[in-house]
Amino acid sequence: MCGGKMAQDGSPKEAIELLTKEVDALKTKLEEERQKLNDVSCEYFKVATVSERLELIAYLNIKPRRLLKGHQAKVLCSDWAPDKRHIVSSSQDGKMIIWDAFTTNKEHAVTMPTTWVMACAYAPSGNFLACGGLDNKVTVYSLSSEDDVSTKKKTVGTHTSYTSCCTFPNSDQQILSGSGDSSCALWDVESGQLLQSFHGHTSDVMSVDLAPSEAGNTFVSGSCDKKVFVWDMRTGNCVQSFEGHLSDINSVKFHPSGDAVATGSDDSTCRLFDLRADKEVALYTKESIIFGANCVDFSVSGRLLFAGYNDYTINVWDTLKCVRVSLLYGHENRVSCLQVSPDGTALSTGSWDSTLRVYC
Amino acid sequence: MEAIIERMQDEVTGVPVKTVKSFISKIPSVFTGSDLIMWMVKNLDVEDQAEALHLAHQIASHGYLFPIDDHMLTVKNDNTFYRFQTPYFWPSNCWEPENTDYAVYLCKRTMQNKTRLELADYEAESLARLQKMFSRKWEFIFMQAEAQSKVDKKRDKLERKVLDSQERAFWDMHPGCVNTTELDMKKACRMLKPSKSSATTNALRKEITFLKSRLDRSNFKTSKAAESFINYFEQYVEYDPYFTPLDVPNPWVADNPEFWEQEKQAKDIPARRVKRWAFSLQELLADQVGREQFLRFLEKEFSSENLKFWDAVQELKTLPQKDVEQRVNDIWAEFLAADASCPVNVDSHSHDITKKNMAKPDRWTFDIAAAHVYHLMKTDSYSRYLRSEMYKDFLSGSKKKVTNFVIAAFLASQGLILLIIFMNCYFND
Repeated sequence: MCGGKMAQDGSPKEAIELLTKEVDALKTKLEEERQKLNDVSCEYFKVATVSERLELIAYLNIKPRRLLKGHQAKVLCSDWAPDKRHIVSSSQDGKMIIWDAFTTNKEHAVTMPTTWVMACAYAPSGNFLACGGLDNKVTVYSLSSEDDVSTKKKTVGTHTSYTSCCTFPNSDQQILSGSGDSSCALWDVESGQLLQSFHGHTSDVMSVDLAPSEAGNTFVSGSCDKKVFVWDMRTGNCVQSFEGHLSDINSVKFHPSGDAVATGSDDSTCRLFDLRADKEVALYTKESIIFGANCVDFSVSGRLLFAGYNDYTINVWDTLKCVRVSLLYGHENRVSCLQVSPDGTALSTGSWDSTLRVYC
Repeated sequence: MEAIIERMQDEVTGVPVKTVKSFISKIPSVFTGSDLIMWMVKNLDVEDQAEALHLAHQIASHGYLFPIDDHMLTVKNDNTFYRFQTPYFWPSNCWEPENTDYAVYLCKRTMQNKTRLELADYEAESLARLQKMFSRKWEFIFMQAEAQSKVDKKRDKLERKVLDSQERAFWDMHPGCVNTTELDMKKACRMLKPSKSSATTNALRKEITFLKSRLDRSNFKTSKAAESFINYFEQYVEYDPYFTPLDVPNPWVADNPEFWEQEKQAKDIPARRVKRWAFSLQELLADQVGREQFLRFLEKEFSSENLKFWDAVQELKTLPQKDVEQRVNDIWAEFLAADASCPVNVDSHSHDITKKNMAKPDRWTFDIAAAHVYHLMKTDSYSRYLRSEMYKDFLSGSKKKVTNFVIAAFLASQGLILLIIFMNCYFND
């Protein structure tokens, strides 16, 4: 830390200059170190010798299987229930609908006192829902009672800007949320207490995802500052960060092994960042894809990456060969959300055309 | 997107743009839909015409190219003529269309007095609406329109035709038609916020420490990372419904929820589910039946307290905040205290740390001790469980049922019922 000590003696302006220099020097050194680890001929493992072991995916027979109609405005977020057949979705006009996706019936509809409900999530027990949006709040609804869902609600937390995403971290009693105020927060559902806040991003947090590890103490966040941060939930510290995207990161998702994170960005690419290699290991892009990616998710084996784009399509990527294997049409406006069901049997998508679809 | 448009407009390698002579008049600077699609298929890495068409459609709806005879900004793969928008009207120039501009434009159109420029119904409506809105300013708008159309008249006839149509396409994109450039609310919110990017010494110091810690990390090689993903895929491909069909028909395809119902029942567990328990302790514990089996095995080994402790610690993390402190004390008393009712074996180092943590109890108090116990279970009991007769019996039990079932189903379909009885006897022996 000699640079730091020197900097303390100088005037603030000089100090900043010195420190900036040191940061740059370290960055260059880091880049050099990384190059040494790039033992594969190409920058990415696209043409890696290792991946020659795999056969190309011949043909995927993915077809639309269900169409869920009922929202009156743009669908912004959706989440599968733990029972693998129900879906909750939220929309621009403040409605939240619970679907039996299998029969395509609507089972409940909740009207929120706000528009643009950008986040909604099922609790692990399937008995609670969390949602939030332009109201800056995180609200929990109980589904256990037979009466009207909207009577049983509770505000758990409040951000200083819109709530962009939320999820229950392995428990009905906590909620993890990300917000336009560039922070993430962990809330205690019962008391509404802020258990831990996560600061570090310099722009809006768009998406969070929990690590699928045993202890479940880490999560990842993607932000408009083009960075991906890995957080330790216990300390509130950022333990790892990834950069590479050229524009806002709209979605982050852990590889099912927990060793890597996939991202979807407004720069119209998806990328794969490896936690152990501490860098980007794959880039999913095509010249003809010129619109931003809003949402990404993996198939059970981690081989397929589904990504929903602003050009109304869903591209299916082979994560290991870095080629597109399928292109799904159907939606008539931007694809805003997408998620593989918990048992991997189906893919749900939501769009600004106010519909949800199930593909498999 | 604009890079693609520029390539399309390249005189040599771009889309062929020509002036077409039709019956009595000339149509300048146009290309056909099919030419465009052909160019895209050839020059961009699109897979088929459908994808090219989709992309062309998107480009059109953003106003970069437009059909010359239609107000709808779409592209068809046929001989319809299209024209490129002039860069002046590209959306990236941040055109904030104003009502007054639109009024001037519509007003001008009425002056031109030609059938091909006649207003469409919705345009006439807009004009009437705007006229009402700007009733006081209308004289001014009218004058502006007059001036503009005078300038236009001085231009070459063909050039004017092109300009007219480009202007029309620009306005087609705005009111009325589908608004493709609509902004996401999240992004719109962001633009309202002031950007905070001034570097402070503190932030820089923090970054330096962070970068240094990154330099000190020992990292995987890319090839090693790739290999691990391949291994993961090969291990799990059997469980990915996109690659391996399910034992029972996929509920979404077959309209039959049997798959989920079967999963809920504990009696018929498919062999591939049992096989999965051997992948990792995490997999075993994730399966309710597997967990029960493992607990029974541990009971036989007199080490079930390890799993109980691990579960208690995991459960602690899911509790509401108000119950945490009480539960921490309970766990300590049950598993770690000197007079614990169900003591677990934790090395002294972890025990000391946990004891220190007890001064300030929280969800993570037992993390180190639990990690130690988990490691013990994983390296010791778990590997013994996988080698045990108990697991093997369970695995072969479920396998047998499945093989019998598959063969029976196959043969039944062939109508060889007699053989089934024989085979069943054979297998059961």
